[in-house]
Amino acid sequence: MTTAPSGDNSLLKDTISMRKIGWLERFLGPENYRITVGLLKTPASILGLVLIIFFVLIAIFAPLIIPPVDGADPYTIPRDGFISDPQPVGSAWKKNVPPVPFWYKAVTGKDAWVHVMGTSEGQYDIFYGVVWGTRTAFYTGLMVTIATLLMGVIYGAVSAYYGGWLDNVMMRIVDILLILPGILAALILAAVLTPKIGKSLIPTMTALIAFGWMSYSRIIRGDILSVKERDYIMAARVIGVKDSRILFRHILPNAIFPTLVLASLAIGDVVLSFAALSFLGIGTQVGYADWGQVLSFARNWITSLNTYWYIVVFPGITLILFVMGWNLLGDALRDVLDPRMRGRS
Amino acid sequence: MTTFIIRRLLLVPVLLFGVTVVIFGMMMLLSPTERSALYIRDFPKNEAALPGIIKQYGLDDPFYLQYWHWMVGRADPVSGERKGGILFGDFGFSRTASEPVVTLIKDRFPNTLDLTIWAVAPVILVGIWLGVQAAVHHNGIIDQAARIFSIVGTSFPTFVFGLLMLMLFYATLHWFQPGRLSDVNLRIISQPGFNHYTSLITFDALLNGRFDIFLDAIRHMVLPILTLSYISWATFLRVTRSSMLETLRMEYVTTARAKGLKESDVIYKHAQPNAMIPVVTLAGFQVISLLGGVVITETVFNYPGIGSAAARAAVSLDVVAVLGFALFDGLILIVANLIVDILYAVVDPRVRLS
Repeated sequence: MTTAPSGDNSLLKDTISMRKIGWLERFLGPENYRITVGLLKTPASILGLVLIIFFVLIAIFAPLIIPPVDGADPYTIPRDGFISDPQPVGSAWKKNVPPVPFWYKAVTGKDAWVHVMGTSEGQYDIFYGVVWGTRTAFYTGLMVTIATLLMGVIYGAVSAYYGGWLDNVMMRIVDILLILPGILAALILAAVLTPKIGKSLIPTMTALIAFGWMSYSRIIRGDILSVKERDYIMAARVIGVKDSRILFRHILPNAIFPTLVLASLAIGDVVLSFAALSFLGIGTQVGYADWGQVLSFARNWITSLNTYWYIVVFPGITLILFVMGWNLLGDALRDVLDPRMRGRS
Repeated sequence: MTTFIIRRLLLVPVLLFGVTVVIFGMMMLLSPTERSALYIRDFPKNEAALPGIIKQYGLDDPFYLQYWHWMVGRADPVSGERKGGILFGDFGFSRTASEPVVTLIKDRFPNTLDLTIWAVAPVILVGIWLGVQAAVHHNGIIDQAARIFSIVGTSFPTFVFGLLMLMLFYATLHWFQPGRLSDVNLRIISQPGFNHYTSLITFDALLNGRFDIFLDAIRHMVLPILTLSYISWATFLRVTRSSMLETLRMEYVTTARAKGLKESDVIYKHAQPNAMIPVVTLAGFQVISLLGGVVITETVFNYPGIGSAAARAAVSLDVVAVLGFALFDGLILIVANLIVDILYAVVDPRVRLS
């Protein structure tokens, strides 16, 4: 064990670390460990984490919270008739009633389902849409994030590693793709793809992927440019290791962590864009369990939103809380990753 | 400075080429029949006429040939008249509006411009003011409140905020309506007595001496402006705050304080101008994105601008129109980016020297 020199060594104490290094720190490395721990320090980031875990639980237990109607597609919101006017919170559920789950009677004291959050235009149950929409949110958020991350990382890595004119051309392409504002570009591509693929999650997801990967490729490019110059890369090159092996085995693992964390926190933004597009009416079938879709019904009722407040408030708050969870974590992350904040607690 | 501007200008054709290729690439995802709206007004109803039309306009030619014809148009074999050609300002026909896309843009763009002009001050100035206050009172109550506001602000989806605004100020309080003008005034401005000097309704109303119409137009813009402000305040606040905090830690600020200057002079005369450099870029991009039409805000408030038109065309799968809007936006954004870059170089000498 190292001992600190005796005497007035308050400054030295900070430099010579006497703390134990846990398995997690050994596994992640000191810098990545600092980021991970920093994320869980502030009350704001913990609140963010709690919100995300809450939504994860809702997504996992959706079939227990409100089971799908027998024989129906679980991702289609059950309709209680076809009247166009929304029905208020607590009104009786007459047609297409889902099975009653075990918790329902204990919590509400009723034997049969009512519309817990009311119904929207066309008698789509809002509670069902909110609960099952959580699954849609995680699914689209994860898929789009993983795909954009993969594309961005491979593109940025190749660009940074080979450098020179190739890097120049590849980055100009990124510039061009970034000129069109993201939501408009995605709107256009989704609109073009919908007639080809049909109404589903796919056109919007594809569009968000196609116009979403560029920022990752910029970030990873910067990180790789700094790792690329280190001695061990030179050593690998000297002993004749193949380019692809140097890039994917030696450089990427050492440069990817910040991008990875950033990407995982971008899920909130992806879900927001997705909801915005389906709010506009792009993408899924009418009645698909998706928050943007549920909110889009409100567009026809803006003159009477004072009566039908529940068609905006419930799905709206759900979406806000979901995105806020990711943003709270993201905010803490920005502080941790900011080099100027390093060394301060 | 001159070399910087020349270098930047040389990039413009490259960007133009790139953006047009991206947009045309999306156009090529359509079937040749759908693409015929680039050249002819009506959808060919007669199945038998289809192969003729496709052949006539070369709609199954290779990519580069079609791209060329999309750029410069092609002569009609019968009349010899030029059809299409975005370089000549022909963006094709919108099927849902049954008029040329360019006419649609001409109708809609003034409204978007009008909104942008009136939104700039509240969006940018208030955001900056909030950021400066947060930095000056670092870690104080104002700072904490600002921080919470900026997190809640960035988490608030535009359309949810817009719908809540409508719920409160339109459906409940009846203060502000969605749309562009009240019906009465819409009729007045379409009558011959009302001169359209600028096609911007607020300015035309003032020039015609119709103060009531001006007020009506402003009233219809209050909610969209509020929505736009709310989401950008969060961003402005964050950028201004961190830039200001950094500047306040610099040594020349300490010097200024040591000289015994008033604290307000130190903050507003010495620190703030230097802290504004990153904010200027952000402000530039903000204006650009407003000009490009704000798809969601305009749609929620039923505001007849470029953004809501693009959204409507996209939903009704009028793709030639959507891509026309995208092309127009791309052109505006390229020019506006150029202006922002040059202004930025004027403000910050480090940019043009690197």
